[in-house]
Amino acid sequence: MDAPIDIKQPPLIRVEKLSRLYGDTVAVNQVSFDLNKGEVLGFLGPNGAGKSTSMQMITGSLAPTAGQITINGFDLIDDPIKAKSCIGYLPENPPVYRELTVDEYLTYCARLHRLSRTELTPALQEAKEHCGLEEVGHRLIGNLSKGFQQRVGIAQAIIHQPPVVILDEPTVGLDPIQIREIRSLIKSLGQNRSVILSTHILPEVQATCDRVQIIRRGELIYNASIDELNQRGKGNHLTVAFTQPPNQQTLEDVDGVKTVTSIDPQRYQIQFEADDFAMFLVEISVQNQWGLFELIPDNTSLEEIFVELTTAETPADVEENAA
Amino acid sequence: MILTIARKEIKSMFLSPLAWVILAVIQAILGYMFLAQIENFFILQPQLIQLENTPGVTDIIVAPIFSLAAIILLMIMPLVTMRILAEEKKNKTINLLFSAPISISQLVLGKFLGLLFFIIILTSLLMLMPLSLLLGTALDLGKLFSIYIAMLLLLGSFAAIGMYLSSLTDNQTIAAVSTFGALLMLWIIDWVSDSLGQGQGVVSYLSLLKHHQTLLEGVFKSTDIAYYLLIMILFIGLTIRQLDSDRLQH
Repeated sequence: MDAPIDIKQPPLIRVEKLSRLYGDTVAVNQVSFDLNKGEVLGFLGPNGAGKSTSMQMITGSLAPTAGQITINGFDLIDDPIKAKSCIGYLPENPPVYRELTVDEYLTYCARLHRLSRTELTPALQEAKEHCGLEEVGHRLIGNLSKGFQQRVGIAQAIIHQPPVVILDEPTVGLDPIQIREIRSLIKSLGQNRSVILSTHILPEVQATCDRVQIIRRGELIYNASIDELNQRGKGNHLTVAFTQPPNQQTLEDVDGVKTVTSIDPQRYQIQFEADDFAMFLVEISVQNQWGLFELIPDNTSLEEIFVELTTAETPADVEENAA
Repeated sequence: MILTIARKEIKSMFLSPLAWVILAVIQAILGYMFLAQIENFFILQPQLIQLENTPGVTDIIVAPIFSLAAIILLMIMPLVTMRILAEEKKNKTINLLFSAPISISQLVLGKFLGLLFFIIILTSLLMLMPLSLLLGTALDLGKLFSIYIAMLLLLGSFAAIGMYLSSLTDNQTIAAVSTFGALLMLWIIDWVSDSLGQGQGVVSYLSLLKHHQTLLEGVFKSTDIAYYLLIMILFIGLTIRQLDSDRLQH
């Protein structure tokens, strides 16, 4: 199900065969992808997979060893200033000056992005409002908690209203309430601009992204829309509970059931293969009067996909292990 | 854009106590020297009157003070320049500048301009001491101006060297120590020139303070000015190159 290709509207970011070496270590290897307008792209991978390196290259903080990056039609190497002005970037560590106040810092960032004097005040207000920083405008950044520093970092990335916002692990170090706020902020950003979000937290991707890319050891190994991923993740595990539970053998004999695990005397976890299995199970349970009172689709298998994809051994690894 | 960075730089400098302490210490030491020099002048005065073609107040009081100021600042400038890029690297705030729509040359020039602002403040404060003599006597203002320019050029080249060495590391102490070493080397390099014979001209030409001395005497030679300007351009260029290659290697 490929989306129709619109020739008139080129992708906001096009990355082609991007590679990066650190000495002999390959950090990123031949990564190519596009980011379209209004899309929230999740960049998923275990620690050290090359997420941050890719982000740094896309934002111009790091020069690629090979490959091409085009942002909004501007080549990052030929036309770096125009390309970079289309981007807002929050690196892994928020790049804040501890000795400045929040207002001073954001003003400086806005000036760096060439906002004029008249644009500055409304932009500052809006960025602070977006990130919940109205109360702390006059406080020194060094005295703020990690969560607030992170928000200042995000405010910095959006103050000049760039068409693309790149956030590198934006929710690290935040409390659950702040994480929720940041996620809703990212969602709202996604309405009128494109976002690339790197993370190793799976629910974060499910909660905020339209599309997912999984990177492992510098290579892009999975690229799909979030719906596809959900589809793949959902549906093959169910937790069920009965008032008159049948024995395990009976359940295992039901059509489409793969395995049955007993959780407690009333509950089972069922792995199945067939489509519409849940409906089928309800019917059977009514016929046999098992008294089904709980039916929960398990999404843990999404995590399993991630684990499976990111830890699968390549032939090279096997050889290595053998040797 | 360059100005934005320079303004931020000067602000950051004065938000930390370091800049204030440096200004206070230099002012105190040179203030003391200034008083001692005036005292000297009164002792010398009766003899001076008998001489023909006597050196004036500017030569006897002001020039020695700024000669000493150059040596004190040689030790202190590394402390001013050490943080300029090393701190940004350490705190990873350099990423903000790398991803902003500015070129590396603009970034480095902005940083240097920030240092230059500080140098102007510093030198102007020092200039107030000799200017206070105007209340009681006439001064050779032309010579004073020459001294002012000499200080700016000298400190500007200190700053350029310090900025380059700060761009090489993310450790401020290392930046300070290596800057101090480099400046000291450029100062003492002509001490050996007498015994060198042949290469003497070249070696003594490299000395930072030698060129300073002629300017302090009020001799405005274009070769001296060119020497300082070349040092500054060279090290600003090297800093730009260094930051560029940082993006390549990391």
